[in-house]
This record gives sequence, structure tokens and C-alpha cells, in this order.
Amino acid sequence: MSIYPPDKIWWKPIDREEKIWLILSVIWLMFTFFLMPVLHVYGKQNPPELSYSVTAARYEDLANKFIQKYQVKDEQGNPVALNGVPVVHPEPGGDAYIIARAWSWEPVLELEKGKTYRIHLSSLDFQHGFSLYPLNMNIVAIPGQDYIMRIKPTSSGEFSILCNEYCGIGHHTMVGKLIVKE
Amino acid sequence: MAEQNFRTCSITGLKVHLPVERLIKANTLTALIFIAVGGAAALLAALTRWPAVHLLGPEWFYRILTAHGFDMLIVWIIFFEIAALYLGSAVLLGVRLAAPAVGWIAYILMLGGAVLVNIMVLAGKADVLFTSYPPLMAHPLFYLGVILFAVGALIGTILFFATLYMARKEKTYTHESFPLVTFGLFAAASISVTTLIHGAGIYIPTLLWSLGIIKNMDPSAYRLVWWGLGHSSQQLNVTAMISIWYLVGALSVGMKPINEKFCRTAFVLYILFINVASEHHLLVDPVFGSAHKIWNTGYIMHLAVLASMIHAIAVPAGIEVALRKKGYTKGLFEWFKMAPWGNPAFSATMFSIFIFGFLAGITGVTFGNAQINITAHNTWRITGHFHATVVGGTTLAFMGVTYYLLPLIFRRQVWAMPLAKIQPWIYGIGVAILSSSMMLAGAYGIPRRHWDIANFGGSPFAFAWDPTVYMWLGVFGIAALMAVLGGIIYVVVAFGTVFFGKKV
Repeated sequence: MSIYPPDKIWWKPIDREEKIWLILSVIWLMFTFFLMPVLHVYGKQNPPELSYSVTAARYEDLANKFIQKYQVKDEQGNPVALNGVPVVHPEPGGDAYIIARAWSWEPVLELEKGKTYRIHLSSLDFQHGFSLYPLNMNIVAIPGQDYIMRIKPTSSGEFSILCNEYCGIGHHTMVGKLIVKE
Repeated sequence: MAEQNFRTCSITGLKVHLPVERLIKANTLTALIFIAVGGAAALLAALTRWPAVHLLGPEWFYRILTAHGFDMLIVWIIFFEIAALYLGSAVLLGVRLAAPAVGWIAYILMLGGAVLVNIMVLAGKADVLFTSYPPLMAHPLFYLGVILFAVGALIGTILFFATLYMARKEKTYTHESFPLVTFGLFAAASISVTTLIHGAGIYIPTLLWSLGIIKNMDPSAYRLVWWGLGHSSQQLNVTAMISIWYLVGALSVGMKPINEKFCRTAFVLYILFINVASEHHLLVDPVFGSAHKIWNTGYIMHLAVLASMIHAIAVPAGIEVALRKKGYTKGLFEWFKMAPWGNPAFSATMFSIFIFGFLAGITGVTFGNAQINITAHNTWRITGHFHATVVGGTTLAFMGVTYYLLPLIFRRQVWAMPLAKIQPWIYGIGVAILSSSMMLAGAYGIPRRHWDIANFGGSPFAFAWDPTVYMWLGVFGIAALMAVLGGIIYVVVAFGTVFFGKKV
């Protein structure tokens, strides 16, 4: 029994049943192992590869310049905002910035369907979690790191961004929006 | 060493060193107190996340969640594991514990640390949740409490190694090899050492940072080292849990390992490969490139998964062989039907095996795939997964073995046996439904650690979830009540036995 000392010689060959199980396990593990690199090459949804270290001040500066340059204007030429958060229409195929801070996502990005964007994501204070609903896509936002996602929207409509990393007492109020136009 | 310091167990024939018996009792009872505290926190947290009830305000929800995580994942489990290490070394080998006084120092450090952390959390000085990610900062005494607890646990672990060494040196254990359970616990203790080193590696600088001595805590570096503690401690739980499966299997049905080489190799694979897999928590983090993540979570983790696959056949097969030897040989499943399901230790172990194997292990390996992790990271899928591993697996296995510790170590007959008999069923079924409903709600994107998924605290950007989510959240609430009921029965039966159980 497993609570008493084993036989003097216990290094014995394993039986057929265990061998079959072991072989099946190794085949399955090989499959799941190769799945990851193969999907990195042929898959359409992979974790972003690129990140740079950046200070919060520098990132805020870059993002604010981006917002000023590309903020959407109405007929009168006034800048458009949604719930006080600027709506920004970046150059199709260009760079876009998202600021995560306690407890908001800024700006509201307005993207065009079928165009590929480089979306930068960083936090100015605590750790946050970028979670896109209803796609259920989740990326970590860390202060000090500019994380760059290459994203091509394939469906249009309104998407919500919520924070899924605890970032203080107002964590659950940290919701934002992302719009994809036809 | 004085012979009168030993007694011979009338049931197992094992020689029990009396000072170690006192230490096992103290650690087990303390673990029981903390599962009661953590369970009360679990009830409050679950009643808040159940939208129909939404009990606590945000401040207390995050606070209670911090306490729940710490008391359950760390305090309850590690106190019980330390008791298991003393049992697996001194009692199973029939030798003296190397230094009982050191065991008491470890106990006091752990208890002091645990109490300190709880005070700081409940006083509202450490609303940082279990991961305590910087730049969120807690009171220095919170970090100190964690460190004291970890140091105590490390001393207890070293005492385990010292006892094995003394048994050899004093030639009080004369067989060639240690029993399998001791060997498994040796693997758990080895993982525990590297885990606790990561803990010191991260919490000592964090303490200094909270005191203002260190100016900067790099959040990415923190995540890397912290998960060396956070995940490895769960791997240590897995290894301890599997050792307990072998222990209860032996005590309840007389199970023998089907092949010692097979089982022991699996434990060695755990020691070598399980710690590195921690980086699957960083799959959607910046900083690390894909090649590194694939190497770490793909190749290395799968060698640890292979070890789990070995136990996945070895444990049930061992139980089947033992029951067939008792004469239950009709058809494929007579042994399964005739198994001692009325023995709470056995039924708890079987639930632990099922929940761990089918709900916890498979989902864990799946979420460890980078592409799937994008849809799972920090959603409730993760929370559901680790409730299956740590609650359905480890906690349930520990509950099961308690029903043997009570007669063998506390030397009292289990009090209220009819209640004890149904306890693993209520708890096991409750936890299985609980973790499944969490994973199903999480598949829609329900975030973990979130106070208000219905209204987002009144945010103007609030949106409506797919309504199916609310069905799963309702199922979750009911299952949580069921699991809490099972937990209450466990604590009541255990304390009832200690105080009112008939002496063996």
C-alpha cells in the first residue's frame, strides 16, 4: 500500500494498459503543443507581439497629440465627445492610442471595417485589463509598457471596453466604447 | 530518543511520535478555523456576485474578496499541508519529528502572519486583492504578514526534509525507499521551497517599496515573479492533493500503486517542470515575445501535464484493482457500484478526482493555449477553473482525509456520522456546479473581481450582456449556497468530533 514501504525492487516495467494510455497522452500533448506555434503562423487571432517600454508621461503626451489631431468634428466644426470622452477617427491603417487610467478608457475610437490598425494600449496609473465585449478579447494594460495590437475589424457596430483587472474602488465603473463603421 | 514518546496506532499499526501528533492537531485545527473564516467570506462574496442578491457595497466586496482569496488559497490549504507533511514524514515512517520545537516556531509565525494579514485586510488597509499588483499599495504590515506566513511555512517544510534525513541518519527507518505518499509529499515540499523563494523574492521588495525604501516597483517584473509564487503554490497543492488521494485510497480500500515506477516518475516530472509553467498567466502580457511564451507554457508545461495524465490513470486504476481484489469482479463496473460510497473520506476523494480531472485539469490546459487565453484571461472562466482545482480538487481531498485524521490522530470517532456521510456529496456537487457556471458565464466575457456587472456602478457607458449570462449567474448563486452548506457541515462535524466525539 502507498502508505507502507514499497518492495525492495520497485523499478519494474509498466503494463500494456499503462503504455497505451501513456502513448495516447503523449500524442494528445504533442497535438496541443504544436497547436500553439502553428496558430501563431496561420491563426487569425493571436496575442500581440510588440511592446515598448514607455513612461506614463510620454505615453500620455503621444496619446493626447493623437486625440487632438484626429478627434471627430461635427458640422459646426466642434469636437465630438461621447459622455465627455473624445471620439477619435484615426487614419485608416494608421496608429491609434488608448489610454487606460482609473477609471476610464480614452478616447472612443471610431474605426473602419476591413482596415488594419496599430492600436497602442498602456496604463497611466494602475494595472488594468482591456476586455472587448461582445468579442470577449482580453489584453493586459500595464503602466510602463506600450502594448501594440494589430487589429482588423471584421464586423461593424458598437463594442464595449471593460476593465477586468482590479484597479481600485471604482474598478467596476471603468467602461469605454469602440465604434466600427462600415 | 525515548520510546515512551511513541504510541502504536491500533488501526494502522503505525508508530506515532506524540510531539508530532500535537503539532498535526494544532495545524489541522487552525486550518479548520481559517476555512470557516474564508467560507464566511466566500458566502458574502458569492451573494454579492449573484445579481439577484448583490449584498455588499463595492468597498466591502473587494475587501472580503481579498480575505477570501488569502484565507482559502493560502492559510487553510498551507496549514493543512504542513499537517500533512508532518504526517507523511514522522508518522508514516514511524520516526521522531526532527525538532518539534522548530515546528512550533513555524506554527506561531504562520499563525501570526495569517492573523496580521486578516486584520490589515478587514481594517481596510489592504484593498489590493489576492494578487496585490503594484502600483496598488497596501499597508506595510500586510506584506509583513504574508512574509511571516511564508517564512513559517518554509520552516515547516524544512522540518519535513530534516525528519526524512534524521530517519536515515539515525537508522530509524530501515527500508530502501520511502512509501509513495511520503515520496509524493517530498515532491510537494520541493515545489514548496521554490514557490516560497519566489514569495520572498517578490514580497520583500514590495514591503520595502511600501515603506518607501525602494522607489519603483516594476509592474511587469512583479507579475513575472509573483506568478512564480501564485501559480506554483497551486501546483504544490495539486501535488499534495494527489499524495492525499494515494493516502486515502490506501486507508479506505487498501489501494496499492499499480506501478511504483510509473507513479514516482510522475512526481519527479512535477518537481522538474511544473514551476516554469507559471508564465501562462502572462500569455496576454506585454514584454514577453511569443517564442518565449510558447516555450514556457507549451513545451515545459506539457511535461507536467503528462505527469497529471499518469496519475489520472494510476489512481483510479489502483482503486479499481483494490476493489476487484475484494471480489467485486462482475462486469466492467461492479467495483465502482460496490465501492464504499458511504465512507466520507472515500466519496470526497472520488469527487476530488472527478472534479479535478474533468473540470479543472482539462480547462486549465485549454486556457494555457495562447490563442484561447485571449478569450479567457481575467474572465470568470479562470475563476471557475481554479475553483475546480483548488476547491473541488485540493480542498475536497483535504476534507476527505480529515475523516481519517479524526480517528487516527485526534483519536475520536467521527461525530454525527450521517451528516459526515452526505457532506462530500453536497460539497462536491455544489462546487462542480459552481465552477461550471462560473466558466460558462465567463465564456460570455463576465470579468472576475467585478462588483457590478449589471449596471457598472452607473457608468454612462454601461451596456447589456447577453441575457443567458444571468441564468448562469443564478445557477452560480444556488451552487454557492450548496457549497457553503457542505463547508459548514464539514467544519461542524470536525469540531464536533474534536469536542464531543467518542474516544477511540
